[in-house]
Amino acid sequence: MNRYPVWKFAIIWVALLLGVVYTLPNFFGEAPAVQVSSSKVTAKVDETTLKRVSDAIEAANVPAAGIILEGNSIKARFESTEQQLKAKDAIQKALIPEGSDNGYVVALNLLSRSPSWLTALHAAPMYLGLDLRGGVHFMLQVDMKAALTQKIDSLAGDIRTTLREKDVRHGGISRSESNIEIRLRDQAQLEAAKRVLADQFADLQVAEAAQGGEFKITASIKPEAARRVQEQALKQNITTLHNRINELGVAEPVIQQQGLDRIVVQLPGVQDTAKAKDILGRTATLEVRLVDESSEARAAEQTNGMVPFGSERYLERNGQAVIVKKQVILTGDNLTDAQPGFDGQTQEPVVNLSLDGKGARIFKDVTRENVGKRMAILLFEKGKGEVVTAPVIRTEIGGGRVQISGRMTTSEANDTALLLRAGSLAAPMEIIEERTIGPSLGAENIAKGFNSVIWGFLVIVAFMCIYYMVFGVFSSIALGVNLLLLVAVLSMLQATLTLPGMAAMALALGMAIDSNVLINERVREELRLGASPQAAIHTGYDRAWSTIFDSNITTLIAGVALLAFGSGPVRGFAVVHCLGILTSMFSAVFFSRGLVNLWYGRQKKLKSVSIGTVWRPDGSAAPVVTTEDKA
Amino acid sequence: MEFFKIRKDIPFMKNALIFNVISLVTFLLAVFFLFSRGLHLSVEFTGGTVMEVSYSQPADLTKVRGVVSSLGYNEVQVQNFGSARDVMIRLPAQKGASSAQQSEALMTALKAQNAEATLRRSEFVGPQVGEELATDGLKALAFVVVGIMLYLAVRFEWKFSVAAIIANLHDVIIILGFFAYFQWEFSLAVLAAVLAVLGYSVNESVVIFDRIRENFRRYRKMNTVEIIDNAITSTISRTIITHGSTQIMVLSMLLFGGETLYYFAMALTIGILFGIYSSVFVAAAIAMWLGIRREDLIKAPPKKDEDPDDPNSGAVV
Repeated sequence: MNRYPVWKFAIIWVALLLGVVYTLPNFFGEAPAVQVSSSKVTAKVDETTLKRVSDAIEAANVPAAGIILEGNSIKARFESTEQQLKAKDAIQKALIPEGSDNGYVVALNLLSRSPSWLTALHAAPMYLGLDLRGGVHFMLQVDMKAALTQKIDSLAGDIRTTLREKDVRHGGISRSESNIEIRLRDQAQLEAAKRVLADQFADLQVAEAAQGGEFKITASIKPEAARRVQEQALKQNITTLHNRINELGVAEPVIQQQGLDRIVVQLPGVQDTAKAKDILGRTATLEVRLVDESSEARAAEQTNGMVPFGSERYLERNGQAVIVKKQVILTGDNLTDAQPGFDGQTQEPVVNLSLDGKGARIFKDVTRENVGKRMAILLFEKGKGEVVTAPVIRTEIGGGRVQISGRMTTSEANDTALLLRAGSLAAPMEIIEERTIGPSLGAENIAKGFNSVIWGFLVIVAFMCIYYMVFGVFSSIALGVNLLLLVAVLSMLQATLTLPGMAAMALALGMAIDSNVLINERVREELRLGASPQAAIHTGYDRAWSTIFDSNITTLIAGVALLAFGSGPVRGFAVVHCLGILTSMFSAVFFSRGLVNLWYGRQKKLKSVSIGTVWRPDGSAAPVVTTEDKA
Repeated sequence: MEFFKIRKDIPFMKNALIFNVISLVTFLLAVFFLFSRGLHLSVEFTGGTVMEVSYSQPADLTKVRGVVSSLGYNEVQVQNFGSARDVMIRLPAQKGASSAQQSEALMTALKAQNAEATLRRSEFVGPQVGEELATDGLKALAFVVVGIMLYLAVRFEWKFSVAAIIANLHDVIIILGFFAYFQWEFSLAVLAAVLAVLGYSVNESVVIFDRIRENFRRYRKMNTVEIIDNAITSTISRTIITHGSTQIMVLSMLLFGGETLYYFAMALTIGILFGIYSSVFVAAAIAMWLGIRREDLIKAPPKKDEDPDDPNSGAVV
């Protein structure tokens, strides 16, 4: 009765084999590595790049322990951190000539030391969370209201241009809250304007708002369009963050959307947290506007006087005030590239901008119409605007290539280019959660988590073996298998292991042994009631199963609740907790039964089993034997 | 080896009233402390900045406090964390200044005072996140309570489900009471521990209820009290051994897990200990007060022999 068919043993063997294979990479540890990847389509990482990288390493005399081209990146492994740093410098020099940006990203990374056959099986070590490997974590909240306002502003600008093109005369376009108000001369113009809006602006819903003989239309953004704007804003911000982080040279950044308006950024292994914060925290948006050249504005520039209606005052870097019009000509959306450089004639540091098609067209029109006037390029960071430069327009500028010059140092030019190139944000963001974990703390946390698991495990094994004898040994092996499978599943899923996750692992083992205690106690009870050993094993396992199932379900309910409502550290705990419950059902019941069947199941005349003392209240002489039958 | 050599059923239910009074008093005390002292919520819930700074020599807290208050922070918590060389500084959320500015300014000031100061960890949580975490925590708690009640109501009967959930919520309140009384820091990890305990210690009640149902079937002559006593007595051995082995793991975390896991393990320890107590004394007693009867559990007229495939034939362990 206590025999498993072959297929059940086959399942056990397959599970064990998979468990061992996928757990194995965790033992090889990680080696310092340098990773070369590309942040642009133009920069291709291929065999030639590989050759350049390996040449650079050789020239620098730092032998690589291994160098591979994998997908879109090259990874070179080194023996020590010292060699890694040397190699990084060498590669950087070889691939990225001073001051240029050709799209290559050279970053420090850790690479698994596991042999290539394991890597071929996609067996990788567990992915360690930030609290175990050190790094920075940010949660950013995207200001969706601002994204909408920006969209409405730009729509207002578009309406103005379109109405002019269609020869519809309007008496002013203004934005109030989330509406665009268009004043018109007469009913005919109003009808014309409405037609134009309905034709060309599908995102707007138009309402007539005649007030005291005034002809006025209010246009507001449609709800579904608003939702689309918000989604796009979030997407663009994520892309922008990607670009900025690539500039930082982080090997495996995590940039994810969380909820409707949040972005989580995790930069493992980043040591220079100040710089990371600086680059991320710079939530700059770019705008191009015209400088107000009216005499009042000039006066206001000089004397801090009243700013004319429809204009705003911003400061240049040197503190000089500039009065610019509120109307936005271009935003960072239209920018495709920005590079620092030097002016061919003056040798002054400049920033070269490239605009997209639409941007180039607008820019050409605006510069043609405003030769001799000034144009301001503004950077907005956290709602505060600053005039980067306000040059005089000398000629019409076509082709979408723009040069910004003006009182910049080389590093300022570099910084500005980086900020502009890294893309402007579609909407401002604010850091609402931030965590920095030093690298030494990460290593300590691993040791702490590891010690908790191992010492608890050993004490439980010792207790089980003494209290339940051979059955205790089976239980202990099953517990070991549970740990093996749990680590294997975590490695397979590449779930993030955190310190709370390690705590959950320890807790999972503590709860998993429950199942075996339940079984062993039940078998003892059956023996106490005088059942034959084989029958006792059979009934014991059968009866215990439903209790084990019940208890695991209630625990799983709690686990799922944590998974559903938890965030950050709690989620890490919940994942391991739930997985641990599932693996324990396999190992503590199915696997341990297999061991028992293998050991006792074949013995037809089994007289006793070794499960420790089977105590009877009446002290009767039923076969109480604690040594196993060697028949 | 056998720890539990019990000859007769222990008359647990005879003293049920006393145990329930003890529970009630502990519970009320916990509630009292929760309200009078309140939970010492971690920065995850309140919002603000926490920094962990490490020195090569034992840190002089007064000096650190001096530096912190010189930056214009009042009511800042500065304390040792784990060892004498590590200091934890907790700053309240500040409007206007970003966390990066806050922690950087403080780090610069601390470095100026002692060049050996190194930042080991910093954490900033905006106030809106804190509020969300608190509501999410309550949602999770509600989810667990409702989920477990539904499961038990389906598996047994509503009286059992009410009894089990009261017993286990009483554990949760007592854990919270401990945290309020000692003003231990209540963090997200502790919340996770509390919920894990809730799911875990319900098992105990399940095991006892399973056995009660079994006994109702098996011993037709016993009255309810005797049946409960027998059920508890015959399961007490596994109750204590399973909890003991889980506690071994938790103890290992308490000893080796360091400061971060300390309160997590502490919540689990209290939860496990009170879990044994509440499922044995509280849950069964409440079920008794609620008036469980044989007829509640065995609805169909019993057949001659127990049907082994009967889905209601729960396990007995």
